Amino acid sequence: MRAPISWLREYAAIPAHVTGRELAELLIRAGLEVETVEAVGAELSGPIVVGQILRYVDEPQKNGKVIRWVQVDVGPEHNQPHPDFAQGCREVVCGAHNFTVGDKVVVSLPGSVLAGGFEISARKTYGHVSDGMICAEDELGIGIDHTGIIVLPAEGLEPGDDPFEYLHLHDEVLDIDVSPDMGYCLSIRGLAREAAIALDVPFIDPAQRSLGADTPAGPVAHEVVLQSPDCPLFVALKVTNINPEAPTPMWMKRRLVMAGMRSISLAVDITNYVMLEIGQPLHGYDANALTGPIVVRKALAGEQLTTLDGQLRQLHPDDLLITDDTGPIGIAGVMGGETTEMTEATTEVLIEAANFAAESIGWTLRRHNLPSEASKRFHRGVDPAAAYAAAHRAAELLVELAAGELDPAETVAGGVPVPPTQRIASDLPARILGVEVSAARAQELLEKSGVRVSGAEVFELAPPTWRPDLRDPYDYVEEVGRKLGFDTIPSVPPIAPPGHGFTRPQQLRRAVNRAAVDAGFTEVITFPFISAEDLDAMGVPADDPRRALVRLANPLAETSPYLRTTLLPGLFGAVARNTSRGNDDLALFETGSVFFAREGNPAAPLPAVDHRPSDAELAAIAAAIPTQPRHLAAILTGAWQPAGWQGEAVPASWQQAFELADQVAQAVGLQISRAAAASAPFHPGRCAALSVGDGNVVGYAGELHPSVVAALGLPARTSAVEIDLDALFAAAPGSGDIATISTHPVAKEDVALIVDADIAVAAVQTALTAGAGPLLESIALFDIYTGDQIPPGKKSLAFALRFRAPDRTLTEAEAGAARDAAIAAAQTATGAIPRV
Amino acid sequence: MSDLSQQSIDSIVSQALAAFAAARTTAELKAARLAHLGDKAAIILANKSLGSLPKAERKEAGQRIGAARAQLNQALAAREAELAEAELAQALRDERIDVTLPVATSPQGAPHPITALMDLVSDAFVAMGWEIAEGPECEGEWLNFDALNIGQSHPARATSDTLFVEPLDNHLLLRTHTSPVQIRTLLDRPLPVYVICPGKTYRADEFDATHVPVFHQFEGLAVDKGITLANLRGTLDAFAQAMFGAEIRTRMRPHYFPFTEPSAEVDLQCFVCHGESVGDPERPCRTCKSEGWIEWGGCGVVNPRVLAACGIDTEVYSGFAFGMGVERTLMFRNNAADMRDMVEGDVRFSRSLVGTAR
Repeated sequence: MRAPISWLREYAAIPAHVTGRELAELLIRAGLEVETVEAVGAELSGPIVVGQILRYVDEPQKNGKVIRWVQVDVGPEHNQPHPDFAQGCREVVCGAHNFTVGDKVVVSLPGSVLAGGFEISARKTYGHVSDGMICAEDELGIGIDHTGIIVLPAEGLEPGDDPFEYLHLHDEVLDIDVSPDMGYCLSIRGLAREAAIALDVPFIDPAQRSLGADTPAGPVAHEVVLQSPDCPLFVALKVTNINPEAPTPMWMKRRLVMAGMRSISLAVDITNYVMLEIGQPLHGYDANALTGPIVVRKALAGEQLTTLDGQLRQLHPDDLLITDDTGPIGIAGVMGGETTEMTEATTEVLIEAANFAAESIGWTLRRHNLPSEASKRFHRGVDPAAAYAAAHRAAELLVELAAGELDPAETVAGGVPVPPTQRIASDLPARILGVEVSAARAQELLEKSGVRVSGAEVFELAPPTWRPDLRDPYDYVEEVGRKLGFDTIPSVPPIAPPGHGFTRPQQLRRAVNRAAVDAGFTEVITFPFISAEDLDAMGVPADDPRRALVRLANPLAETSPYLRTTLLPGLFGAVARNTSRGNDDLALFETGSVFFAREGNPAAPLPAVDHRPSDAELAAIAAAIPTQPRHLAAILTGAWQPAGWQGEAVPASWQQAFELADQVAQAVGLQISRAAAASAPFHPGRCAALSVGDGNVVGYAGELHPSVVAALGLPARTSAVEIDLDALFAAAPGSGDIATISTHPVAKEDVALIVDADIAVAAVQTALTAGAGPLLESIALFDIYTGDQIPPGKKSLAFALRFRAPDRTLTEAEAGAARDAAIAAAQTATGAIPRV
Repeated sequence: MSDLSQQSIDSIVSQALAAFAAARTTAELKAARLAHLGDKAAIILANKSLGSLPKAERKEAGQRIGAARAQLNQALAAREAELAEAELAQALRDERIDVTLPVATSPQGAPHPITALMDLVSDAFVAMGWEIAEGPECEGEWLNFDALNIGQSHPARATSDTLFVEPLDNHLLLRTHTSPVQIRTLLDRPLPVYVICPGKTYRADEFDATHVPVFHQFEGLAVDKGITLANLRGTLDAFAQAMFGAEIRTRMRPHYFPFTEPSAEVDLQCFVCHGESVGDPERPCRTCKSEGWIEWGGCGVVNPRVLAACGIDTEVYSGFAFGMGVERTLMFRNNAADMRDMVEGDVRFSRSLVGTAR
């Protein structure tokens, strides 16, 4: 809402010294979001005066234009001597023709500055020296009209006078973003009221003419039948014999433009002007275009209407309509229809000032995506008690400005609904705000806002008709708070009970992130939307759990309509973006939710909101929500260590992917076991299933399949890992015991075993470990040999074993026995033969 | 027979001392030691010849030789120490390295600044005794809207604003704020509750320098007996001070949200200029755009309708809630210029805060 301060001053006695900026601060404090304070006309300067046309000559030009060479009287102060005119004049060239001798106009003289910083100087043009300019609306910033110059009224202004006041050239405009609960502030009336309260100055209500308790009897302006509770009131007045050519007066145009609206025609301008002033949207019908009584009702199946914007709209059975015998003639409160529109020939106008239920308008607005000045107001609630006054205000303006005659017969269908009252404890505002405010003070503040307050310990509260937002007890608490000013609320931190700190999963998540960062990986955050083609490119089979996709009804991009079931596509995108920007050596990771559709896609209920949902309802919601485990994924390309003075580059590979998995698991107290696996999108010979505990698979790691790399355009040998963190955390151990530190010496035994080439190292190591028994302190592979010294198809594995007892020094025999037991176990499990 | 006279011994000693002094390396000194103190050395031979002396001379000569040997051993040890020191010094000179050589052998990782900031916020509230609450990103519509007093006709529920799961009447969506976690908290936890809910949120928003459709929020919720708007203000001040410095204050401006009543927008006093840039064109502040305050988020007293939907007795309990955007906080706190960078995965964005205070 754009509100010129001059307009506010008509209804609020704002002291002259209060600036726009100061008023804005006060309104902000009262809860109005004043976004800007604009000084309009501030750029106009210099001699801009009233002139009177003395004489002109039309001079056709070679370019086809006809210019006027004009002598204009600009008053004794500015006139130059002229042989033909005793009082003197100025001579100017003018392109417009909408004036004649004797007309009063606005002349900007050399040295003045017009809208847009346009400087006026005497200049040579069309064979004359033009000593100034006769102004059109746009040049003064009043409007956009440039079809002709401004012709001032004959009376009241004399040559040389200052036209600024008459033209309302100087003003300040507050641009206010009105929040949804303050619909009454989408009007000069509401804003002036708030300004008056904030300044504690008198307020004059522009909507004072109130409707009597009883609907007036007698003839009506037009028969109106209300058939829906969504229209409680419909006021109609008829103005006849209006002059369709009557222009919109300058002051009205000026205010409409400052408020951000365009001037269209006098009748339309009046309805807009009254809407801005009072907040009641009005609709003007060409009364002669109406056929039969107006009926306000819901749409029937299949009905349609061509609205004022020329669009044919299919109507919904919940749309509230204005109809006559021909069918729909308007969507109530949203937009009128073409057939009954006021035109340039309209001489009889039926003014509608109706009230429509906010909820109903909201739905229609959304269905037809038709935001308008009217629907915006109705959706936020319009004061039904102002309808009658607004209709009369518009009628009066039509009578005054377009020479119309007001038909004394009035239509008042329905009535003003009585807003619901409320009861609150009189100390509730103080208790909820946490500020000292007595019941008497609270009552005073509420009464200022128009609330009728009675009672002492318990307030009986009757809100004014313009405040549909005052409904619940806390609404009144807020009203008291706003009127007190939130800056009066003290700062009192509450005392929270002792907390339990981070939960275990929260701690583990941080540990995992830190481990990945410490391992040299950079965290990224990507969009969690994927396509089926992403999974196809990864080679994910049709029966893979990752195909249990959740689809969005209105995805951001139709090309990625699903929620991710794997973090890898996002990382592929991040790799592509990085490499295209020259970041080639990458070790990226992301943690985040993945989403799996529920079997059968159950629906979630929408329980009532006036009480806690039943356990069954909550269970049904829980059962419908997709499962959303948290994953960690990482991707590696380029060099792990770039080439340097120490030597060649170390390429990023499956090794670092495995190592990250180990480090992430270690961060939560777990050891990863790897087993060869074939899982998309990995190379079938370079993919490990990652498991913890008893073979509980928590993820996969390895080098990407070459065809996946090719399909996605990734760098060759790109490697990756993806782990289900929820599954990992479920296996994480609790707090452990401190080891007993043995001070006895260690006994070292090396073991070399020959096994078949396809035996996994882990299998041999596991068997050795099991066989070595409790004295084994550590075991490490230190060599793998294949070659001439062992049979073909075999490999030799060398392990370093360290034995230690907690309570004694091991003898050579004891260590040897443990070593032999380890070898024996490996022999049994893997067919290993000691290498001699 | 040997000449064991003082003069002769002195001559042997002076030759030996000269040889020790002449040795320039420990190897040369070793050779000199063998020559002058070894089995065939003159002084050793002299010592061996003592027995052939007349008894009367033997004692005196023995003393002379003993003194000479002691002198030589001492000189040798001193020279040995001297040479060892010189050689160590040389070795230390020779082994000098260029300490400015690059030594990194593994890449340097970095957390995403959004993650780091959310951790910081969580730490600030845990330090106040609050707990961290979480919930799913794909959420039930009731939890995201209805329970929060956002009615069916509210514009936020339009498909132009909210991302819904297909089909629409399954009533599932991507949460538009972390507020459904507040509902879960009120449904699941015993009162009182003091929780902070950081997390990822979604809106069908434009994707430009100041909007991303996938973003992060943190929201706070306190429900207890006797909670007031003043308690909210106290919490916001304490939080602002934990994040931005001891003297920083917040300000509340009345606003409207369906789920709080009274509602306010919260502004943070500019932590860079402390408001001193206001009206001073000589000292513009890019953080607050010389306004002295930075718009930070929304807050208010929990609407009793929300508590009622969770089965809480609104005669006994009241609460407050607040919420801020993580991206927005990062933008003004760390001068991030373009929100798109936060989700594009460029490693340079994530790494840019490495080496700065958390």
